[in-house]
Amino acid sequence: MSNRIDALTPGTFMLDGEEVEFGHGESILQAATRTGHYIPHLCWHPEFGATGSCRICTVKVNGRTGAACTVQAASGQEVESNTDELNSQRKTMLQMLFVEGNHFCPSCEKSGNCSLQATAYAMGMEGPHFEELYPDRPVDASHPEMMLDLNRCILCGLCVRASHEADHKNVFAIGGHGIQTHLLVNSSSGRLGDSTFAETDRAADICPTGVILHKRRGFQVPIGQRRFDAKPISEQVEGGQT
Amino acid sequence: MRYSAEEMDALLTRYDYAPHMLVQVLREIQERTHWLSRRLLQSVADRLHLPLAHVEGVAGFYRFFHIQPVGQYRILLSDNITDRMLGSGTLMQQLCKLLGVAPGSVRSDGRVSVATTSCTGMCDQGPAAIINHHQVVTRLTPQRVEDMAALVEAQVPLAQWPAEWFRVEDQIRLTNVKLGKQPALGAGIAAAIAKGPQSMLDDIKKSKLRGRGGAGFSTATKWQLCRNSKGQTHYVVCNADEGEPGTFKDRVLLSSYADTVFEGMTIAALVVGAAKGLVYLRGEYRYMLEYLQSVLQRRREQGLLGPAIQGVDGFDFDIEIHVGAGAYVCGEESALIESLEGKRGTPRIRPPFPVEAGYLGQPTTVNNVETFCAVTHIAVFGGEWWSKIGTPQSTGTKIHSVSGDCERPGLYEYPMGTRIGRILEDCGARDTQAVQVGGPSGVCLSALEFNRHIGFEDVPTAGAFMVFDRSRDMFEVARNFAQFFAHESCGFCTPCRVGTELVVRRMDKLARGYGSAEDIQVLYELDKLMHGATHCGLGAAACNPLRDTIGKFRPAYERRLQSLHFAPGFDMDAELSQARLATGRDDPGAHLETLA
Ligand SMILES: Cc1cc2nc3c(=O)[nH]c(=O)nc-3n(C[C@H](O)[C@H](O)[C@H](O)COP(=O)(O)O)c2cc1C
Ligand code: SF4
Ligand code: SF4
Ligand code: FES
Repeated sequence: MSNRIDALTPGTFMLDGEEVEFGHGESILQAATRTGHYIPHLCWHPEFGATGSCRICTVKVNGRTGAACTVQAASGQEVESNTDELNSQRKTMLQMLFVEGNHFCPSCEKSGNCSLQATAYAMGMEGPHFEELYPDRPVDASHPEMMLDLNRCILCGLCVRASHEADHKNVFAIGGHGIQTHLLVNSSSGRLGDSTFAETDRAADICPTGVILHKRRGFQVPIGQRRFDAKPISEQVEGGQT
Repeated sequence: MRYSAEEMDALLTRYDYAPHMLVQVLREIQERTHWLSRRLLQSVADRLHLPLAHVEGVAGFYRFFHIQPVGQYRILLSDNITDRMLGSGTLMQQLCKLLGVAPGSVRSDGRVSVATTSCTGMCDQGPAAIINHHQVVTRLTPQRVEDMAALVEAQVPLAQWPAEWFRVEDQIRLTNVKLGKQPALGAGIAAAIAKGPQSMLDDIKKSKLRGRGGAGFSTATKWQLCRNSKGQTHYVVCNADEGEPGTFKDRVLLSSYADTVFEGMTIAALVVGAAKGLVYLRGEYRYMLEYLQSVLQRRREQGLLGPAIQGVDGFDFDIEIHVGAGAYVCGEESALIESLEGKRGTPRIRPPFPVEAGYLGQPTTVNNVETFCAVTHIAVFGGEWWSKIGTPQSTGTKIHSVSGDCERPGLYEYPMGTRIGRILEDCGARDTQAVQVGGPSGVCLSALEFNRHIGFEDVPTAGAFMVFDRSRDMFEVARNFAQFFAHESCGFCTPCRVGTELVVRRMDKLARGYGSAEDIQVLYELDKLMHGATHCGLGAAACNPLRDTIGKFRPAYERRLQSLHFAPGFDMDAELSQARLATGRDDPGAHLETLA
């Protein structure tokens, strides 16, 4: 995606006191990210439609809260994002995501490449704060090339969208409800190995945490040289990335 | 129970093999098979050309669908606070003991399963239960429970159970416009036709009618937006999901005033230019389905539905009923539309609003049952007349579903602006400690506030009016509501999915006597977060009862704290849980002394 805006730009809004130009039909998060501003987010990705489920991108628009990925940008908006109050709320929601699953970062091969971890660092999270829920979520290693460690799923739905919108396969879906909500795999057995999932799928590389992993690749890049080891997530937004 | 390929094909043919009928299809299959096996889900998926995971995701979303085996008899006891106050907890224990089954599980011979469900809308005649997601049993007593267990053991079919058990009463205690004398059949439609769509809309505008589903949005504005939206077809949807605990007015309106409701929908169709209407009937009201369908059929024969209504060429409108499957969040209008489209009931991103892109992407107006009733009366008597009832900002009357500690529970209809204390006097409430107005997502008022008034200016309400006298423990009331929200969270967004669960765990901790001042602080913090950060109104309101009760009945919480100042780091006994698991022991000797 280009970070240049054509002459038909509908207008500008203010993000934490800085002017941001937005294009036609863009959400606040889209416009902010494209112009290199960091609004923390997990369930949104520039290639796919927004769902608004993680709520990490929650901002105040003219005093009212809303998810930056779902609120349409409009001229004259005053958007607050990088404030103590909002960052502290984000930290609380990240803590919720951590206690909801089973996250043992030191042993996770996604460590250093994980957006959940990197965002938690950016928000100054130092501990879980809430009691751990310790859910029972089995690992699915049935696929020859890929594996699913559902312990780390934050239900962002990015794999669902990527499989549907980019791969035209619908390998993933969301099941259950309430705290029992979980990821489903589309196959007769419900296991990844019996699905049409392929290592080359777009959905194979979209997971922001360490759920969808390529087998035999873990720790190829040593810890310390990984993506968020080099630079914090907040400094990696140029050009519509992250 | 077997379900043959021929039966499935016949069913799907009736639904035109439309994927958006998935919820209805699953419901009808399950009525025969009791539960939805993977094999059944697979054949539905194959025939509708849907991914199995999608069908599984839908089936797993609704509380009344089962993707694991359940008993031949499925008994669900209503778990609203009013049912509990009427003794549902003891009855549950009795029933489970008699049947030899644990709550929430299936008996080993597969005969019966017993569990709880959120409010069944029978608060004025509880404790209530639902059998096989179909028959409602009201006024449970120990005797009735004993007889019920015997019928289950003897495998007596539901149809042969005493009809008296299934009696649902209206209990209309005070009538005004909507519960009073009804307009003659077709009079509302005739009046609307005579005025024409635009003048009819102007009349609704003049009436200043605001929706009766809770939010109080202007009905005329909603209809105008829908009417102005471009689309191939427009839809009128009646929200009969009535899931808010303590509310049961829509149940009575549908069982005794269905003509007025359907007439209001038909008037809406004329105004917005719709050819099709949908009633979203909550699963708990399944027992009314055949009756409501017979009313629709009669109206077709009377020329009040179908092509050329009352002989007007081009005024074609018909109504279809969709039955929900036990999900409170489906009362939220965009979740309701998702559910009508055969999907999981998660609320949509807005905009676009339903009036622009609703059911099947077409302009749709969603209104509450009581709103449609009001419309019929306004069509007959005029907007001017309606606007003179009530208060300047809240015109007309409002029906209240009164339950809890009072002599005469039931329906009370008052003009908007009525004093809370007046309702308490009329229903025979004594020594009242608190009133929960508008259900768990509404407000909890203490005795100091009984001079406040019902209306959008002061105390808005979706209809519930639950009375608690001084013998009640307001902490337990708040805890029941917390459990309700956790059970009903759709699971889509982080703050609600995890937050409601964390609230329940804190409340349980306080209830066990392990609480500290720190826990109350955390509850405050969760309330603040969920109020602003959730995707829909469910999560936003989930902490309302908590905040109100902590604020107004703080001693009920402080009584439960181990110390007002000290914050226990952890629960010694709980720390041993892993050791207990590992050794397979759970006898008293494997526990440290507990305070519970
Ligand atoms: C979680 C939730 C549950 C709701 N449940 C209902 C309901 O059961 N019935 C209802 O009419 N409105 C319910 N509403 C409100 C509807 O979204 C909608 O505002 C209403 O149906 C509009 O009708 P009205 O304009 O006639 O009031 C609910 C809203 C939320 C957020
Ligand atoms: S597997 Fe990954 S991408 Fe998919 S929902 Fe879970 S966290 Fe998101
Ligand atoms: S607040 Fe979020 S999780 Fe809760 S019901 Fe609404 S969308 Fe679902
Ligand atoms: S990024 Fe906006 S809600 Fe997740």
